[in-house]
Amino acid sequence: MGEYPQVLFQNRKPRRIVTLDEYRQSGGYQALERIIRGKTPKQVIERVTEAELRGRGGAGFPAGKKWSLVPDDAPFPRYIVVNSDEMEPGTFKDRVLIHADPHTVIEGIIIAAYAVSAEKGFFFIRPSYETSAVILERELENARQAGYLGDNILGSDFSFDIVVHRSGGRYICGEGTAILNAIMGKRPNPIKPPPYPTVKGLWEQPTVVNNVETLAFVPHIIRNGPDWFKSLALTESGSGTKLYCISGKVNNPCCVELPIGVRLSEIIEEHCQGMRPGSEFKACLPGGASTRYMTPEHYDIQMDFDTLSEVDHRLGTAAIMVFDHKTCLVAATLNLTEFFARESCGWCTPCREGLPYVRDLLWRIENGEGREEFIPMIRTMSKHFWNAYCALAPGAAGPIESLLTFFEDEVREHISQKKCPFK
Amino acid sequence: MLPDELREQFAKEIAQVENPREKAIDVMYEIQRNFGYMSDGAMIEAAELLSMSPVELEEIATFYNFILREPVGRHVIRVCDSAMCWLDGYQSILDYLRSRLKVEMGGTTDDGLFTLLPVCCIGYCDRAPAMMINRTVYGYLTTEKIDRILQTLVDQSKTSSSD
Repeated sequence: MGEYPQVLFQNRKPRRIVTLDEYRQSGGYQALERIIRGKTPKQVIERVTEAELRGRGGAGFPAGKKWSLVPDDAPFPRYIVVNSDEMEPGTFKDRVLIHADPHTVIEGIIIAAYAVSAEKGFFFIRPSYETSAVILERELENARQAGYLGDNILGSDFSFDIVVHRSGGRYICGEGTAILNAIMGKRPNPIKPPPYPTVKGLWEQPTVVNNVETLAFVPHIIRNGPDWFKSLALTESGSGTKLYCISGKVNNPCCVELPIGVRLSEIIEEHCQGMRPGSEFKACLPGGASTRYMTPEHYDIQMDFDTLSEVDHRLGTAAIMVFDHKTCLVAATLNLTEFFARESCGWCTPCREGLPYVRDLLWRIENGEGREEFIPMIRTMSKHFWNAYCALAPGAAGPIESLLTFFEDEVREHISQKKCPFK
Repeated sequence: MLPDELREQFAKEIAQVENPREKAIDVMYEIQRNFGYMSDGAMIEAAELLSMSPVELEEIATFYNFILREPVGRHVIRVCDSAMCWLDGYQSILDYLRSRLKVEMGGTTDDGLFTLLPVCCIGYCDRAPAMMINRTVYGYLTTEKIDRILQTLVDQSKTSSSD
């Protein structure tokens, strides 16, 4: 098995959480000390920009660029929102990361706050991660006691603190603007930009929203430099490592840290110990439920934002959901579409009306009531998803459209046999 | 209907933040921890404490999967029905729970101990099939494991009611 450098998981212990002392022994909080003693916020942003750290929450937006979108003369207070909503089916890396080494996340948030001169951070956590919320509250207090959080951090004039904000539980809350409404105690519909949250976010104040994993890389980039970070990737265009979480029909579903650009085949065969006995790789969703089915044609592809987008796929959150040859992909797509239909916030028509419509057509096909004309109807309808307000419905279109593109025969078999051929 | 002690605790917590409604979910969770669900009376009192109108709080409460506006049993069982759990036995887990508890989805057992609800992906895809009971997650479910979990909760309730 390839041995790769571990960044976020370098201290990971089986069955327990890394303590503050252990994190410090591995060089933790040195980056924070260094920037507070001798780096300007601008220099911090420059380093993260040079490292080409792309957002790990699904969209892949460059983190340094996002921070630089907070105007120099923007008003105060400014806020940081740490997105650990992670409700996309297949995705569980943030949970594993928080449970492994919470302080790399906390230090990352503090450095991000320093870079954009924020004074308060909101750590947004979903209800099923109550354990993570409790761990974080305890470790934030430890960081406070150690002088890394609160007033006059490490004796400087920089003050910043973080609160854990528990979500009421809804997929849309993970959307970059809906999360703001959620925190403010409003109905969490997305807010159509502009203005972007970096200009007007929480309570109309500048707000930076970053994913947990993205922020966790920041201390390591500050400590080891942008060139080191870029060199971790196996592709020319890529940068850093990534937490891949793999589930489905593999022997060892898991969350592993591997370089950007590692091959899908290697992830499945080595790190997940291959497909389960009697299972053959049929397809996977490479980056969570809102990406397109990837077929065996790309089994050897290098997992990077650019390599995937070159072949019309998305790395997303790198949550790889593996389906085998015995899985009916009409049924799988029905399940995924049901999820999106239920979790739609209902604010705009293409999503609120379109998703249940397609779900119903898929249900009929799966249950032997399908007709030939449903196929063009689903195609047309999923194109309308792109007129939606936010990325939820276009994301939902991923599995639907790719089902019809790559597995049209399987869909047609359902229709001609008037039943699911897998049952 | 809210005890004075709880009202005071909320007032103190709300006073610590600039924008009271930021605490809406926390307040509702705490009420649910005490009373199981958000009754109409609790909604009105909570809204007042949060400087919101009852309808404003209602539009939040009804939006979220984990805010309950109807009474539930002491233990709320939420069975994950999203893709990876579906792929790995969700249906048989649900069927088993239904027959063992003798309730349909959404129902509460006659002894008021368990309520069965659906939930979408809870982020434990590596341990599918999974479910939550209140805020605890259980993965790698089998019928034997479910038996053990439920029996422990039944035993606990017997001990606590004889106290």
